[in-house]
Amino acid sequence: MGELEQLRQEAELLKKQIEEARKGVADTTLAELTSGIEVVGRVQMKTRRTLRGHLAKIYALHWSTDSRLMVSASQDGKLIVWDTYTTNKVNAIPLRSSWVMTCAYAPSGNFVACGGLDNMCSIYNLKTRDGNVKVSRELTAHSGYLSCCRFLNDNEIITSSGDTTCAVWDIETGTQKTVFMGHTGDCMSLAVSPDLNLFISGACDWSAKLWDLRDGNCRQTFIGHESDINAICFFPSGNAICTGSDDATCKLYDLRSDQELTSYSQESIICGITSISMSRSGRMILAGYDDFNCNIWDTLKAERIGECSSEPGHSDLIMEPLSILLFQVWTDCSLPPLLLSGVLAGHDNRVSCIGVNEDGMAAATGSWDSFLKIWN
Amino acid sequence: MSSNSNLTTMRRLVEQLKLEASVERIKVSQAAAELQQYCLQNACKDALLVGVPAGSNPFREPRSCTLL
Repeated sequence: MGELEQLRQEAELLKKQIEEARKGVADTTLAELTSGIEVVGRVQMKTRRTLRGHLAKIYALHWSTDSRLMVSASQDGKLIVWDTYTTNKVNAIPLRSSWVMTCAYAPSGNFVACGGLDNMCSIYNLKTRDGNVKVSRELTAHSGYLSCCRFLNDNEIITSSGDTTCAVWDIETGTQKTVFMGHTGDCMSLAVSPDLNLFISGACDWSAKLWDLRDGNCRQTFIGHESDINAICFFPSGNAICTGSDDATCKLYDLRSDQELTSYSQESIICGITSISMSRSGRMILAGYDDFNCNIWDTLKAERIGECSSEPGHSDLIMEPLSILLFQVWTDCSLPPLLLSGVLAGHDNRVSCIGVNEDGMAAATGSWDSFLKIWN
Repeated sequence: MSSNSNLTTMRRLVEQLKLEASVERIKVSQAAAELQQYCLQNACKDALLVGVPAGSNPFREPRSCTLL
């Protein structure tokens, strides 16, 4: 038997071993364990702020650690830093490439970063002496699009790419300190653990991987999704992760028992998840879907408990269906069913990205119609 | 792809799987219990879950002004 065939058989054996080991510790299910608690009551969140200023679809948003400032990226070729309390624009940063897919705010508040189809991660200094925001580094080495980036500190940033790798960069030298290889499909999203020692990535190979920042190793691989994983986040304790996939489900994986605990899905939901975030206690999962709805799930009971949508009668409801009509006619010459049926009220917020701030006080959603909304 | 790089890829895959197989796993009952406990213990700090009194909500709707 050739070595290749031997190795293939060994790999299959090891995969079965892992499956058996996971079953071996599965002495109960999350459903059984949480049978004693009640589902969270229906969640009603209201739009508290609407941030207007972008001229095209919002692709990404990221809160500052102060829970007040936020950066958003749009394919109008701009990054905007918002003061979400006042809705003022603190910075409007023109980008060299408008094909942006991700943005990030440094924990210190001193920098923001973005990247996309230019295959680069551009770092912007917000606190220059003359007050003008400028590019401080352009990190080039990925051979595919930049899908996500997150700062560890002012000098280190993690990136995920369509070239199937993730990397930690030394921003000062502009070089990759560690490259994380192992995914066999485009990496779509990443999230850093609360203790900053680990990070997770979701990819088009249908798996999520847990990486150790200290030794560069992939520690664990989580399977079960039946399509690309587009969104990923940590449970606030750092002991579990949540993924959102094109297979129309979100999943909760526990790190220490190394397996999927539950899946969040409904027969009526058939489109993929594009963004995901958890509330501060981890009790709620906020997920943005391809049909631009945002569903809220009870993490422990795996039931849908609400959605982010504007309540009828809200003052900007009257504006938005009209602006959506104009925008949609302009972009694809179709008419939204809402207007065809003559219903102007009950408008849904169309979500392309979502994030809960650090103090858990609010959720932000970025919308297809170029607005961002703050909810609580 | 040359047969050499196929071999290298497979060797790496097997090494990686050995690493992942050797992970220490705790029982789901313990893991899930601790997740539930975390949720319940931190529920009071979760503004989106329990709501925020208008006074301490920095995003509270600005009050309408009356003209005197």
